[in-house]
Amino acid sequence: MAKLPADFADLEPFTDWCLDTEDARFAKRYASNMDEMQAFYDAVFPRIQDALTYLDKFELEELSEDAFNLLLLYYSLCTISFPVEAWRQPRVPDAGAAHISNVLAPAV
Amino acid sequence: MAHFPKPAEGSWTQHYPDLSTADASYEDSISPEHYELERKAIFGKTWLNVGRVEQLPKVGSYFTKEIDAARSSVIIVRAADGIKAFHNVCRHRGNKLVWQDFPREEVSGTARQFTCKYHAWRYDLGGACTFVQQESEFFDLDKAKYSLADVRLEIWQGFIFINFDKEGTESLVEYLGPLAAGLEGYPWGEMTSVFKYKSDIGANWKLFIDAFAEFYHAPVLHNRQAVAEESRKLQQYGYEALYYQIEGPHSMVSSWGGMSPPKDPNMVKPIERELRTGLFGPWDKPFDIELPPSLNPARHKAWGVDSFVFFPNFMILVWEPGWYLTYHYWPTAVNRHTFEAALYFAPPKNATERLRQELAAATFKEYGLQDANTLEATQTMLESRAVSEFPLNDQEILLRHLHQTARAFCAEYVKTTPGAKPSPALV
Ligand code: FES
Ligand SMILES: [Fe+2]
Repeated sequence: MAKLPADFADLEPFTDWCLDTEDARFAKRYASNMDEMQAFYDAVFPRIQDALTYLDKFELEELSEDAFNLLLLYYSLCTISFPVEAWRQPRVPDAGAAHISNVLAPAV
Repeated sequence: MAHFPKPAEGSWTQHYPDLSTADASYEDSISPEHYELERKAIFGKTWLNVGRVEQLPKVGSYFTKEIDAARSSVIIVRAADGIKAFHNVCRHRGNKLVWQDFPREEVSGTARQFTCKYHAWRYDLGGACTFVQQESEFFDLDKAKYSLADVRLEIWQGFIFINFDKEGTESLVEYLGPLAAGLEGYPWGEMTSVFKYKSDIGANWKLFIDAFAEFYHAPVLHNRQAVAEESRKLQQYGYEALYYQIEGPHSMVSSWGGMSPPKDPNMVKPIERELRTGLFGPWDKPFDIELPPSLNPARHKAWGVDSFVFFPNFMILVWEPGWYLTYHYWPTAVNRHTFEAALYFAPPKNATERLRQELAAATFKEYGLQDANTLEATQTMLESRAVSEFPLNDQEILLRHLHQTARAFCAEYVKTTPGAKPSPALV
C-alpha cells in the first residue's frame, strides 16, 4: 500500500522516515549511518519544492493521511540536515551523551 | 577591534559601577551549603515564571509544576474568576493532590474539581474543600478551614508567575522593572505554534544561564554548524554585542544576526536556502510587528536577537524575524537542573510555513545539545577546585551580573534571617 501521494511514488522506499514525533525522528537519525541518511537526503531534497507546492494546496489541519506522511518525511529531512550538510556524522559533534527531548509540538 | 560602540567608560562592565572587573569565583556553583541558601533566598523569595495563559484555555484547565528548589509542587488552574496557584498538597494528610502514575511527573489537563487519590477529599477549582469522606467521623470539622494552601500568582503579558514568599509585598510588575515594561505590547499571545523541550543537565543552574547569556562562545563552540568558509570568518571576527543593559536583578544583551535572510545565500546550508529558514527562524515575518522600546535598544540595522535574563531563572529571546523563545532552569541539586526551552511562532498558514518552523526548531536543538554538553564538563572541573578564580571579559558581563545578583540575594537572606549562616561562596 502506498503511503505517499501518487506524485511522490519515487520516495516510497523512504517511508520508514515518516515518524510523527520529533523524538522518534531523532532516534532514527542516531540509529542510522551516513550512507543511509545521504541516500534519503539525495532522494527527498531535490523534491522539496514539488512537495511544498503539493501540500500548500490543502489546509494544514485537513491533510489526508498520505499528504501528512509526505510532510512527516520532510520533518525528517530537517532532522538529518545537519549530519548530512554540516558534520558528516549522525551525532552532534561534542554533544556526547547530552539529550534534549521534545515534550510538545504543534498537532500537525 | 571594536565593531560596535561601547559606553563612555570604555566597557559595558565599567558602565555599571556595582560590577567589578576582577576574576570571579565559581564557588557559588559548587558549594552545597550555598545551594541551600539559594533555595531559600532566591527560589523561596522571587517571582518565578511557570508558563503562559494559553496553556489554560478554559475554566478547569490546569497544569502542575514541580519546583524542587522550593521543595514544592504547585497546581496552576483557571477557575471561574481567574487563574490561581495552589500548593499541590491535600489538606487531609498531605498526599500530593494532582498527579498520574508517577508523583514526580508534571501533568496537565482539564478538571471540574480535584479529588485526592488517598481518601477522596475534594476541592473545587478555587481551592475550597467541598467534600470530606465520612465527614461525621471527624471532630467538628469545618471544611471552610481546609482550603488548598494558595501561592501568590500574578500575570504579566500572559506570562504566569508565582512567588513562594507569603510575606512578600512587591508586585510582579515592580519586580520585573523597566526592562519588562519596555517589552509590553509585543504580540506574545499570537505566537501559538509552540515547540517545547526538556533536558536533565548535570550542572548548576547558573552555568547554563551563563552559556546562553554570552555569545562569546558561539563562533567557537558552534563553529561546525556554519558552512566552512563562514565559520572561519566568524571565528576571526569574534563576537561583540550591539548593546547590554542591566536593571536591578535583570539584564539583557542585544545581538546582531545577519542570517535572516543572509547577505550572501552561500553563507548558509543548502536546506536553509531552499526553505528560507534557519537558526534565526523563518526569514519572512509572519506579520508586521512594531518593536516595543526594550527591543533592539541600539536601533541597529543588523539587529538579530535580544536575550533577556529575568532573575532568577527565566530568559526570553526575541528574534528579529518575528518569533520568541523562552528558557527556564529549575535547580534540582547544586550540580543538577532541569532545563526547559519553548519556541513560540505564529500559527503556520500552510505546510511551507510549518516546515520552516520545523527546521528552525531542529536547528535550535542542535545548538542546545552542544551547549548542554559543555556544562557537565565545566561542573566537574569546577568541583575539582584545581582553579578557583576565573577572568570574565566584557562580553560576559551578564554572567558576572547574574552570579553577583544571586550572591547578593543570599547575603541579604543571611543578614535578615536569624540563625542563617553564610556559605563558603559568601565569605
Ligand atoms: S490525604 Fe488526601 S484525602 Fe487523605
Ligand atoms: Fe550556544
